[in-house]
Amino acid sequence: MKELSQKRAICAMPIAGSYRSIDFTLSNMSNSHIQKVAVFTQYNARSLNEHLNSSKWWDFGRKQGGLYVFTPAVTSENTNWYRGTADAIYQNLHFLKNSHEPYVVIASGDGVYKMDFNKVLEYHIEKKADITVVCRDMEAGTNVERFGTIRMNEESRIEELEEKPLQAKTNTISCGIYVVRRRLLIEMIEKCAEEDRYDFVRDILIRYKDIKRIFGYKIKDYWRNIASVDDYFNTNMDFLKPEVRDYFFKQYPDIYSKVDDLPPAKYNTGAKIKNSLISSGCIVNGTVENSVIFKKSYIGNNCVIKNSIILNDVYIGDNTYIENCIVESRDTIRANSHFVGEGDIKIVLERNERYVI
Amino acid sequence: MIKKEMIAMLLAGGQGSRLGVLTSKVAKPAVAFGGKYRIIDFPLSNCINSGVDTVGVLTQYQPLRLNSHIGIGIPWDLDRNIGGVAVLPPYEKSANSEWYTGTANAIYQNLEYMDSFNPEYVLILSGDHIYKMDYEVMLDFHKSNNAEVTIAVMPVPIEEASRFGIMITDENRRITEFEEKPANPRSNLASMGIYIFNWKTLKEALIAMADQPALDFGKHVIPYCHEKGSPLYAYEFTGYWKDVGTLNSYWEANMELIDIVPEFNLYEEYWKIYTKTEIQPPQYIADNSMVERSIIGEGTDIYGEVYNSVIGCGITIGKGTVVRDSIIMNQTQIGDGCELNKAIIAENVKIGNNVKLGVGEEVDNDTAPHIYNHGIVTVGEKSVIPDGITVGKNSVIFGVTSAADYEDSHLASGRTLIKAGE
Repeated sequence: MKELSQKRAICAMPIAGSYRSIDFTLSNMSNSHIQKVAVFTQYNARSLNEHLNSSKWWDFGRKQGGLYVFTPAVTSENTNWYRGTADAIYQNLHFLKNSHEPYVVIASGDGVYKMDFNKVLEYHIEKKADITVVCRDMEAGTNVERFGTIRMNEESRIEELEEKPLQAKTNTISCGIYVVRRRLLIEMIEKCAEEDRYDFVRDILIRYKDIKRIFGYKIKDYWRNIASVDDYFNTNMDFLKPEVRDYFFKQYPDIYSKVDDLPPAKYNTGAKIKNSLISSGCIVNGTVENSVIFKKSYIGNNCVIKNSIILNDVYIGDNTYIENCIVESRDTIRANSHFVGEGDIKIVLERNERYVI
Repeated sequence: MIKKEMIAMLLAGGQGSRLGVLTSKVAKPAVAFGGKYRIIDFPLSNCINSGVDTVGVLTQYQPLRLNSHIGIGIPWDLDRNIGGVAVLPPYEKSANSEWYTGTANAIYQNLEYMDSFNPEYVLILSGDHIYKMDYEVMLDFHKSNNAEVTIAVMPVPIEEASRFGIMITDENRRITEFEEKPANPRSNLASMGIYIFNWKTLKEALIAMADQPALDFGKHVIPYCHEKGSPLYAYEFTGYWKDVGTLNSYWEANMELIDIVPEFNLYEEYWKIYTKTEIQPPQYIADNSMVERSIIGEGTDIYGEVYNSVIGCGITIGKGTVVRDSIIMNQTQIGDGCELNKAIIAENVKIGNNVKLGVGEEVDNDTAPHIYNHGIVTVGEKSVIPDGITVGKNSVIFGVTSAADYEDSHLASGRTLIKAGE
C-alpha cells in the first residue's frame, strides 16, 4: 500500500468520497442484524479508532451487544502484539467464551461489498459445514496471486486452498469472510495457540481442510479488496460507474459511516465538473474530471484535477494541475504546483503549512 | 436534585402560513433550508453550541416530520441522561384540555417540564429563524444587569421598524417602553422573539396570567412583567439573523448562501450547524453537466446544468435540464430537458421530462398574491408534474397532477393548481 498506509490502517482507508473501508463490513453486519461486533486493530490504529469513536453510526449502540474495539494489551501472561489473525482472536478469547451466540462471522475490514451474512449462515447450516468461506470467481486477467485461491468439488466443499500462490491454479479466491460455530472456533483457536501457530488461514483453514467440512459460498456481486494502491485507486474509480453507484448508494440497505456534520458542497464561478464524485464540505473553484474528491477539500481557481483521488481535507492552491494522482488527506498543495502520475498512480504527500503567518 | 442553570424552550408549533404549500404538510421549523438542513437545526445547534443541553421543543401543527427529524436528539448531541431534547405536544388534562393557544400559553402548559429541571433561567426561542447566536453571552449580559427578563433585539432600518415589536431603552439598555408594530417608531431595536427569563419571574407571570386567552409573550407576558416593575433589558445582536417567514425571504436567505464568502457562513469550524443525515453518499456530477454558483447536498446526481441554486440531498437532475435561481429540496426527481427558473420545489417531488417552470410574463397570483409573489414558482411536497408541462410565474402546484389538469399542457402565470383536497 506504499505511503498511504503509513498514516492509517487499511480498513480506515477512505472510499468513495464519504466512507471508510471498514464501513462496508460494519454496515453489512448491522444490516444483517448482527448486534455484537468486535474489531481487532493493531497497526496504525489512530485513524481507525477516531472513526470508531462512537458506535451509533452503524446502530451498534445496543444494550445487548454493541461494538467492541480490541487492541493488544499487556497482561501477566502475554506481552505480545497480535502475531497473526488467529492470535488476535486467541488474545481476546474470553470475549468469545463469554458470548452466548452460536455462530461467529469473521471478516476483514478491507473489502468493499454488500452482503447479507444471514444468507451465508443459512448456507452454512444447510451444508452442515464446519467452516464456510465466502469466495468469488475473479474476472479473467485479475491478478489473483495476492489472494488465497480455492478449489472446490461439485458439492462446493473446499479441496484445495492456497495462500498467495506463486502460480494460481484457479481464479476462485477467498474474500476473507468466514462463518464458523463459536465453540468450534474456540476449540480450534486454543489448539492453534498451544502449537504456537498464529494465522487463521494458514494454521486453521489450510491445516484443517481435510479433517473439517469446509465449504465455499460463492458470491457474484461486487466485491473488491483495496489492499494495493492500484486496487484502491480502481475501486474508488468504480464508483464513477452508474451501476456501482446504484448498487451501493441507491439500493437498500444503505452503507453507513460516521457523520461529519459538514455543509453542502459549494461550486463557485469557474467550477467545471465532469464525471466526478464530490463530497460534502468541498469548495470547488476549478476543473475536476473523472475524479473522486473526498470530504472538505478546497480546490482553487484555475486548478485542473484529472483522473485523480483527492482524500479528505486537502487544500489545493490556485493554478495547480493534478493528473493520475492520489493526494493524501489533510495535505496542502501550493499554488502553481504540477503533479502527474506517469504510467503508475502517483501518491502526492506534500507536507506544506496551510496557514503561513 | 437535578439542577440546570438554563434550559431552553423552543416554540415549534406554528404553521408559517406565509410559506404557502411548503407548510401544508409540515410545520415551518421542519422546512428544508440551505441544501441539507431544516430551519429548526439552527436554534437547536445554537443551543448545544452555547452549552444549553436541555431543550423542550413545543410542537402542535403537523409534527410528524419534526418528530422524526429530532428523534432523541443524536445529531445535536442532545441525547442526554439528564436533560437533552424532549418533544412536548399539547396533551389532555383532567380539566381544561386545550391546544396551545398562544406562545406563552404553550410554555404555561409545560410548567411541570421546566420545574423538573429546577432551572435558574429559561431561554425562550422560536423555531423559524436562521442565525448563529451564543446564548451564553446573552445570559452573561442578563446576569451582569441583574435583569429578570432579557429580550434579544436587533437594529433594523427605521423605515422597516413599524413591522416589528420595537423596544425603547435607556442608555444602559434597560427597556423603558415598547411598542408592537408602531406607526411612528421611536427606536429601531426590533425584538427577535428570543427571551431569557429568571425562572421565578416567568413562573409567577405565567400563573398570574393563566386565564388570559391566547396568552402571548409579546402581547401579555412582557407587558405584565414591565408593569410589575421587573427589570427588562434589551440585548443587542448584530450578527446575521434572517426571518424566513415569507417565500421571498426564504428564497433570498437560501440564495445568500451561495455568495463567494456568504455573510452567513456554514463552513466555519467553531460554530457548526448539525442536522440529521439520512443520505451519506457523495454527489455525482456527470459528463456534459455544468454546476456554477451553487451548493449541493449529499447523494445528488446532476446530469444537467445548475446555476445559482441551492440543491438538497438525494436529488436527480436529468440530462439537458437547466436549473436557475432555484431551491430544490431532498429526494426530488427532475427529468430530462426541463427548465426551472426561480422555482422552490419541496421534498419528494417528481417532475417529468421537458417541463418548463417559471416562464412568461409575471402576473399576480389568483388565490393568494400576498403569499405567492416575486415571480417564484412553488411546488409542494410529493407533487407530480407530468411530461411537457409549461408553468408561468407566481404559480403554485401541489398534489399529484396529470396532463388532464392542464390546459394545452400549460399553467399560466399566477395560477394555482392544488389537488388532493387541500
